[in-house]
Amino acid sequence: MSKKHSEPLLHITKRKDLPFTKTWAIRIGAIIAALIVCAIVTTALTGLNPLSVFGTLVYGAVGTERKAWILLKELAVLLSISLALTPAFKMKFWNLGGEGQVLMGAWATALCMIYMGDLIPSGLLIIVCLAAAVICGALWALIPAFFKAKWNTNETLFTLMMNYVAIQLVAYFVIIWEVPKGSGKVGIINQSTNAGWLPYIGTNSYILVILFVAVITAGMFIYLKYSKHGYEISVVGESQRTASYVGIKVDRVIMRTLILSGAICGFTGWMMVSGIDHTITTTLAGGRGFLGIMVSWLAQFNVVAMIFASLLIVFLSQGAGEISTIFGLNQSFADILTGIILFFIIGCEFFINYKVHIRKKSGKEEA
Amino acid sequence: MFDLVAFIPRAIVQGMPLLFGCTGETISEKAGSLNLGIPGVMYVGGICGVIGSFLYEQNCSGELNAFLAIFIPMLSCILGSLLMGLLFSVLTVTLRANQNVVGLAMTTFGVGFGNFFGGSLMKLTGSSVPSIALSKTSHFFSRSLPFAGDLGWFGKIFFSYGFLTYLAVAIAIVTGYVLTHTRTGLNLRAVGENPATADAAGINVNRYKYVAICAGCMIAGLGGLFYVMDYASGVWSNDAFGDRGWLAIALVIFTLWKPNIAIFGSILFGGLYILNLFIPGAGMAVKELYKMLPYLVTIIVLVFTSVRKRREDQPPESLGLPYFREDR
Repeated sequence: MSKKHSEPLLHITKRKDLPFTKTWAIRIGAIIAALIVCAIVTTALTGLNPLSVFGTLVYGAVGTERKAWILLKELAVLLSISLALTPAFKMKFWNLGGEGQVLMGAWATALCMIYMGDLIPSGLLIIVCLAAAVICGALWALIPAFFKAKWNTNETLFTLMMNYVAIQLVAYFVIIWEVPKGSGKVGIINQSTNAGWLPYIGTNSYILVILFVAVITAGMFIYLKYSKHGYEISVVGESQRTASYVGIKVDRVIMRTLILSGAICGFTGWMMVSGIDHTITTTLAGGRGFLGIMVSWLAQFNVVAMIFASLLIVFLSQGAGEISTIFGLNQSFADILTGIILFFIIGCEFFINYKVHIRKKSGKEEA
Repeated sequence: MFDLVAFIPRAIVQGMPLLFGCTGETISEKAGSLNLGIPGVMYVGGICGVIGSFLYEQNCSGELNAFLAIFIPMLSCILGSLLMGLLFSVLTVTLRANQNVVGLAMTTFGVGFGNFFGGSLMKLTGSSVPSIALSKTSHFFSRSLPFAGDLGWFGKIFFSYGFLTYLAVAIAIVTGYVLTHTRTGLNLRAVGENPATADAAGINVNRYKYVAICAGCMIAGLGGLFYVMDYASGVWSNDAFGDRGWLAIALVIFTLWKPNIAIFGSILFGGLYILNLFIPGAGMAVKELYKMLPYLVTIIVLVFTSVRKRREDQPPESLGLPYFREDR
């Protein structure tokens, strides 16, 4: 054999489990690198000195009491959606339909508030709204789950399409409900009677929502970690064949988990209409159905890590909003920064899961 | 009376951005990469074209050069989309990140990128114009064939479009041919169906994936450019492009990964989008329900193909899965 055999310069192997501290060191390193890139981009666009970029970010996120409450509210909503999507992902079911499921919950709530606002007392109305929202959200997730379980229909694409069916459905009703006619907006529902509005605690409308999400967070932690259902979900996620071999009914687990996932999304929609916005628009979910997927994925389905992941994203987007306001730039600046952070964190997972060996000159590999 | 001669050209103009996006997505899906970043890529393609031509119009006194007015936006659009494609390939192929997560992050980023520069371009360049209206550049893009007006309804239906429309159809036909009739296409499909087998047969899996993803993104980006320059007459308004990127992904499923069928599929989807304008008595509200039709039709196709299980109608076998040679 005269032909020289060339070996690749880099050689990649799968890693065994890295120690906890090392994985987090890699992740935090990636976040810091991403923040530096964010600062450079911001400086390039606004001429702001890189250090004061961070000052403005922090001020925009938690600078005043009002800003801090808004941060907490946004955190609660994003976390709630991420938690809703998590059990489905853990089962390797790609629920990209969070957007639509939240919207259906919101739609059901608005429907009840508008048509039953004058018929039944507010307390009862809130419960009726809640039930309707949870059922609608669950149904929106159950439809793709049913076809996945029976015929293995591609759920990624199915749930994605369901989002836009929901958006157009809401767009239709927004025009029917619009006040005043021709404005294209529903306006504040039941503004005079406050029927169906969640009660304020003190003068703050956000506290109750934040408490609800705290309960969901704790519940989801226990459900995934300590319940039989949670165990079945992880087995199905690891291997469907193993699951059916040990007697888990895979199709039932899929449908049951998606009902739960959709129900929590519907619940989030209910909180947003009944507790926060008191109105409905097609952009109510505002891409958080998709952001929730990324939060859940970045946190590796770990509920505690999810709190920090959503805090990071919400913090950054609130702070970036402040920068755009000051410099008269478009509010979408936040999306660019969020994108940069996400790319870095997604990329760094490679270095947690794989090890890169560089070939030495002698041809021997580094250990 | 349903005015078909007026309806078809409008349906075609609505459909072409979808056709660009769909052809691009088909190429990348055939190589096993489900690129959910296509909506973002189309935004980036559109805004990069706008930035290119905005700078050219601002810095060019007097008449625009026809060649440069077309070449500069095209080049910047393709470059912008290529960078997005490279980002996706580096993250999913080299770093083996999950395709859905990367795709969605790219859509968040791309839509934000488009809206940010669309809303801030005047401010950043210190220009005094009130809005981005590139009507001069758009004129070059939407100019139809000179003899279109002389041929009556026939000319109106077939020749009344800007050159990008014909480019879209040509790209779709060429893609269809390359995928099914050439060795390159065969290898590409092998990579998408079973990368391990393709690898064993001596095909460079990563190179095929990189090329397919980047080519797909560049084609899809042209869809954004078509939308701004031809359909919207050079006026960029934020979020106007809307959900067309997702519609393009829906179209890929609807046409069962066949770019030739996508030519007609895109016109059909475009027609459904504007059907309400041509049906007398349809109110504003019903219009929104008509827009639901493309998605419903796609869901039905998706369910139908999975129930029927015909092998040639299925998605590529390893769609969405990363490939690691040393695995197992």
